[in-house]
Amino acid sequence: MSEEALRTESISKVFGRVTALRDVSIRLMKGEVLGLLGDNGAGKSTLMKILTGFHKPSGGKIFFDGQQIELKSVSHARSLGIEPVYQDLALINEVNVYRNMFLQKELMRNKFFQILDDREMRRLAQQHLKQMRVNIPSVDVEISKLSGGQRQAIAVARSVYANAKVLLLDEPTAAMGVKESAMILDVIRQLKETANVAVIIVAHNYAHVFDVCDRVNLLQNGKITFDRATKETSIDELMNLVLHEMREAREQIQHPGR
Amino acid sequence: MPTEPPKSVTESQATPKRPNRLGVLGRLFLHSREASILIAGIVLVIYFQSTAPVFLSWSNIANLVVFAATIAIIAAGETMVVITGEMDLSVGMVYALAPFVMYYAQQAGVPYVLAIVLGLGAGAVVGLINGLITVKLQIPSFITTLGTLFMINGFTLTISGGVLVRPEADPLIFAIFGGNFAGFPISQLVWAIVITALFQFILVKTRWGLHTVATGGNLLGAAEVGIKIAQIKIGNFMLCSMLGAFAGILDCFRISSADPLAGGTDYMFRATASAVIGGTLLTGGSGTIIGAFLGAAVLGILSDGFTLSGVSAYTFDMILGAAILITMVINVRLSKLRAAGGGK
Ligand SMILES: Nc1ncnc2c1ncn2[C@@H]1O[C@H](COP(=O)(O)OP(=O)(O)O)[C@@H](O)[C@H]1O
Ligand SMILES: [Mg+2]
Repeated sequence: MSEEALRTESISKVFGRVTALRDVSIRLMKGEVLGLLGDNGAGKSTLMKILTGFHKPSGGKIFFDGQQIELKSVSHARSLGIEPVYQDLALINEVNVYRNMFLQKELMRNKFFQILDDREMRRLAQQHLKQMRVNIPSVDVEISKLSGGQRQAIAVARSVYANAKVLLLDEPTAAMGVKESAMILDVIRQLKETANVAVIIVAHNYAHVFDVCDRVNLLQNGKITFDRATKETSIDELMNLVLHEMREAREQIQHPGR
Repeated sequence: MPTEPPKSVTESQATPKRPNRLGVLGRLFLHSREASILIAGIVLVIYFQSTAPVFLSWSNIANLVVFAATIAIIAAGETMVVITGEMDLSVGMVYALAPFVMYYAQQAGVPYVLAIVLGLGAGAVVGLINGLITVKLQIPSFITTLGTLFMINGFTLTISGGVLVRPEADPLIFAIFGGNFAGFPISQLVWAIVITALFQFILVKTRWGLHTVATGGNLLGAAEVGIKIAQIKIGNFMLCSMLGAFAGILDCFRISSADPLAGGTDYMFRATASAVIGGTLLTGGSGTIIGAFLGAAVLGILSDGFTLSGVSAYTFDMILGAAILITMVINVRLSKLRAAGGGK
């Protein structure tokens, strides 16, 4: 369990005049859930997009499975087993759950005529969702009939089913109610027990992080300023760090140039 | 964060269906777009039969089938394009073009069957052009196909010199593609049913159909999971144009002549209206080929019935337009209700 899944070394990212990331080194172990916390604009999404192959880093190195890699595109990252769960979830509203689960990786009864094997897809989707304890009325309903949390859970389940080695979730519980968030967190916890996936979750809710994450990193001003196992820290400690940052920022505003 | 214990999927499936206050008929209307249009068709038949008893006569039914079958074949292709979120305005012009391509191929000594294939090929080329311009140059298909509409029309008129031609072929080919039985256009009806069944199958049961719905339903999402959205759109434009070409060739064999002024925007509008009346949303992502077939039938029943009732052509267009508007409004309402989860 102490094998490394993903590591970055001094990743930086500059957008014109904005330096989104300065010197980010993170380490993700196999089977680990890492929570990434940080203020708005800290650079969390930028870091995730670099890891999904969407952005090219301005500097630094990425190691995957012990090998240094250069991610050329999102599909390149996916082919390695780095699966993002998109903000828009990439689900088709008009299509039922099990077909969405297999979208673009459909099982077919007849390869030549490309006739879908609905029965098998349905069975496997049902089995997989059950395993992951995703609670939906039925795999036959259209996505449009599901709640935001259920959709998010389906999107996560689909990425896991695609044999993800590293799963990247950017604010999966944003704009979600308590019950819905709980369902997503359950799914992630389930992942830890059943699949050998490493997960990075960007979150803004401390309670969520302490609920499912093994470790927590704090990203402040484009740098990782805190890295500890959740067992060895507390919400209070993190709050203090963030409060400290806020006080410094306030001083900067009141007494510029200090 | 323990809430309630996680329920498994099978458990929730076992829960009995919530009683539905809408009743069987209401549910049918809500969940099967085809059912509502079928019932509307039956009601119209009963009405027209009561006002004009010749309505259900053999020769009148033959008239109706001639019209509805052609439109249904074109509508099958138009529906596929509309589901991808696009629109093909040029298909009626391909209907007129294809028989001429076939005819000139015959004149050049090409075997009859190969000439038919060339006619369909002309359709495929038009579809390819429509698709490539729309997808690669990112021109709205409304504009692309408006342009090709005029180009094809001009092309057909130019090569034909504006005059009718009479294609040749073996009696067998005439029988297969344009055969009548006791004055009834049997082969056209069979083709329309076969094409409708085939395309409904493609739409609902194959990967192509699923990706067509996905492309129209969520373009970005479809691309993100790796669906080749360009290929799907271009392919459906080609299918649509080829069906337009096929409908033109069928009619050409049935009446033994090709008319450069046949089809056109009139057929394209009727095919699109059939798709919409049948329950296909112009916004993309959802549609039915059987619905389009029934839509074409209802449109045929309406035109034929009003003609028999002695309604003038001008008045008829007004009534038809109103009928189309009303069905569209009902469709949009129904699909909103469906999206909201049925009879809540
Ligand atoms: N594509 C981009 N172009 C220019 N600036 C960007 C871009 N993406 C992010 N930024 C900037 O980088 C900084 C970090 O943004 P982001 O990674 O989205 O933060 P977070 O997700 O932590 O809220 C912000 O100042 C943001 O404005
Ligand atoms: Mg962000």
